[in-house]
Amino acid sequence: MKNIFVKLGPFLALVAVYLLFAAICPPEFLGFYNFKTIITQTVIIGIAAMGMTMIVVSGGIDLSVGSQIALGTVVAGLVLNYGLGDVLAVGGFQAFLAAISAIAVCATCGAIIGLFSAKLKIVPFIVTLGMMQIARGVAKWLANEQTISTPTNPLQTLMMVDPDPAWMVFAPGVWIGILLVVITSIILKYTILGRYTFAIGSNEKTALLCGIPVASYRIVIYTLGAAFAGVSSVMQYSNLTVGDPTAAAGMELDVIAAVVIGGGSLSGGEGSAIGSIVGALIMAVLRNGSNMLGLPNYVQEIIIGTIIVGAVALDRYRNAGK
Amino acid sequence: MRLTLHQITKSFGAVAALKGISLEAKAGEVLALIGENGAGKSTLMKVLSGAELPDSGNMLLNNTPYRPQNPADGKQSGVNMIYQELTVAPHLSVAENIVLGSEPRAFGFVKYPIERIKEVLAQVGMADVDPFSSVSFLSIARQQLLEIARALMFESQVVIFDEPTSSLTAEDVKALFKVISSLKNKGIAVIYISHFLEEVMEIADSYAVIRDGESVGNGRIEDVGISHLIELMVGRSLSDVYPKIPHQMGNNILEVSHLKGKILPQQVSFTLAKGEIFGISGLVGAGRTETIRCLFGQDPTAGGKVSIHGNNIDLASWTVAKALRSGLDHVSENRKEEGLALNLSIAQNMTLSFLAKISKLSLLNLRAEENISKNWVKKLSLKSSSVHAKATSLSGGNQQKISLGRILELNNDIFFLDEPTRGIDVGSKAEIYRLIQDLAANGKAIVVVSSYLPELLGICDTLAVMHKGVLSPKKMVSNWTHYQIMLYATSGIFETETTA
Repeated sequence: MKNIFVKLGPFLALVAVYLLFAAICPPEFLGFYNFKTIITQTVIIGIAAMGMTMIVVSGGIDLSVGSQIALGTVVAGLVLNYGLGDVLAVGGFQAFLAAISAIAVCATCGAIIGLFSAKLKIVPFIVTLGMMQIARGVAKWLANEQTISTPTNPLQTLMMVDPDPAWMVFAPGVWIGILLVVITSIILKYTILGRYTFAIGSNEKTALLCGIPVASYRIVIYTLGAAFAGVSSVMQYSNLTVGDPTAAAGMELDVIAAVVIGGGSLSGGEGSAIGSIVGALIMAVLRNGSNMLGLPNYVQEIIIGTIIVGAVALDRYRNAGK
Repeated sequence: MRLTLHQITKSFGAVAALKGISLEAKAGEVLALIGENGAGKSTLMKVLSGAELPDSGNMLLNNTPYRPQNPADGKQSGVNMIYQELTVAPHLSVAENIVLGSEPRAFGFVKYPIERIKEVLAQVGMADVDPFSSVSFLSIARQQLLEIARALMFESQVVIFDEPTSSLTAEDVKALFKVISSLKNKGIAVIYISHFLEEVMEIADSYAVIRDGESVGNGRIEDVGISHLIELMVGRSLSDVYPKIPHQMGNNILEVSHLKGKILPQQVSFTLAKGEIFGISGLVGAGRTETIRCLFGQDPTAGGKVSIHGNNIDLASWTVAKALRSGLDHVSENRKEEGLALNLSIAQNMTLSFLAKISKLSLLNLRAEENISKNWVKKLSLKSSSVHAKATSLSGGNQQKISLGRILELNNDIFFLDEPTRGIDVGSKAEIYRLIQDLAANGKAIVVVSSYLPELLGICDTLAVMHKGVLSPKKMVSNWTHYQIMLYATSGIFETETTA
């Protein structure tokens, strides 16, 4: 019984936050359109949080997610503009290629992070702190320190709150996000990769003792985690409809916060996809509700900060009681 | 009477950890506190040190009521704990560690009482240590002595040792016992908690046995024998701690010649046969664990030849995964730091070295995992609420059974067991000894590394001793004398004649 309560902890917090705002916000807060807005606003952080969950469960961290997302939007923008000049719309194939390129460039960042932290044994905090600067710098370089305007293309419809066709109900990005949550959940619970991720994060020495090629798996985990950030960058591009090298500044902290609120432990070995997405939803509900109440930005920041520390403190308290 | 406990009880929720413990410790004497893991020793120690408050009962220190509210309170009253796990700060100096948390101050600056620090260092046999050198240069044994020095800095009435020798060699134990004797001579009451009953017989003046949170026996140590102490601890008569199951040695399946590591070992040669239990004795730091790590692919080697089942292996590209595939398996000496991923479940820990066996297309068969772990939980009588319980919730003995379940399920031919019974209770030890004998009877080859000589002599067929990275020739256990083993371990002199 107690166990169920512990597992549902973040979810109960989400319900509580939602009900709280429902009580004090104007009635539009409870409207279906606003519900869709909140869900759509969760997509970018939520998808990146899936990758971050795997990285955090493995005992790592990735501070470069925000910069990777910016780099991804820039690369997507460049590919969309390639050889088209003043053609107004680009076809589905080129849009697809732009998305794949954005994901690939992020995955490359992740592979480099994995390589340096696993083979040279530099702590991931430092490697990703470096990558945060490098990816941001490369993004600005590629974009000439400007936003890259892009022709109309299908990617721009990914994050439309009212999708076309209407029977989709939610934006295509939301469905992609849900699919990725399911996939991450399956990876973590039911695959060898997921089990090794937990083992490496829980006790790397044990993993080595059991013959697990820890270094290779670290590279895989960081690459995969960054590929998730790449998908987020496509969603970010869809929101902005331009490639923006200054986009998503500081977003890595929101992503890490989502994982931590959802029960992930920065010392590794703990965390879940569902928990992290709930963590991302809690933050989205807070932002949305605060906006509706007309609360200034700083109030949201204070509340979210409190929730991060409170979630971890509660977790500690529960574990200490065992 | 220095310290008197009368009918102490303590419950955590519905679980009664202490159901009425009474004991008395005299000034200038060593009281051995004995009990299986889970008997309530640690809770009792927490009550004594002030980390937990008792529910009922009295404690008297020098015949005045003693009721510490927190550990600092306990220390203030002169009750000091020396914990099993080291609590020194490796980056600080010896002097900084000794006064840590109670730095004498002068005008806001720390003022190191150097003379006093040197005095207490001398008292624990570390007069040669520079107080300003870094603690990380000290051996584990000396770090432990440093903790005692810390307790001596202050006027101690009672010093409590919690399993102080579990990671020490015979030589270090001797040094420790000298220090304990000097504590006695200073009129301090010493409470000594240990699983090693031979040590208890040597150092203690009186004993108190607790079982399931109750005092079940006490008296003078000279009036009691080891077998009686064991019976009190486990609550049943333990006919034989070292069971003998007949087994036959067959062909050699592992041959090691001139194995050399980067630093340790220096020179290791031995052969291992099917159905053989081969013990490796020696002092901590002699290179025994390093030898196993080299053979198991955990550490790089610098030379030597190894053949398994007659096939030479390429040491340069040797990895743990290859070792596992070639039929080797390993239980680490360090259960908590290396052997187990403590915040994973029993089942997850048990299957970690052979997930490929229970998966298809990289998808895990969780049903098979559950069945495998349930099977070993039952066969090894591992006590736990469920196979999905986290390993951290188990006692040392039960944790070790997870590691054993892991190697038993993989069912390789050659097992390296490094300190397989360290820090676990007598009951579990006997079960593990029986298991090792069983494995040998089934034709497995087993290498046991241990710092606890009686168990090596009790369960092994053959034995060799390690000294400074060099392994002695192997002899049948019956051809070794205690003296010869200690002689090689401490000086590297190998006496061939069996009478000494």
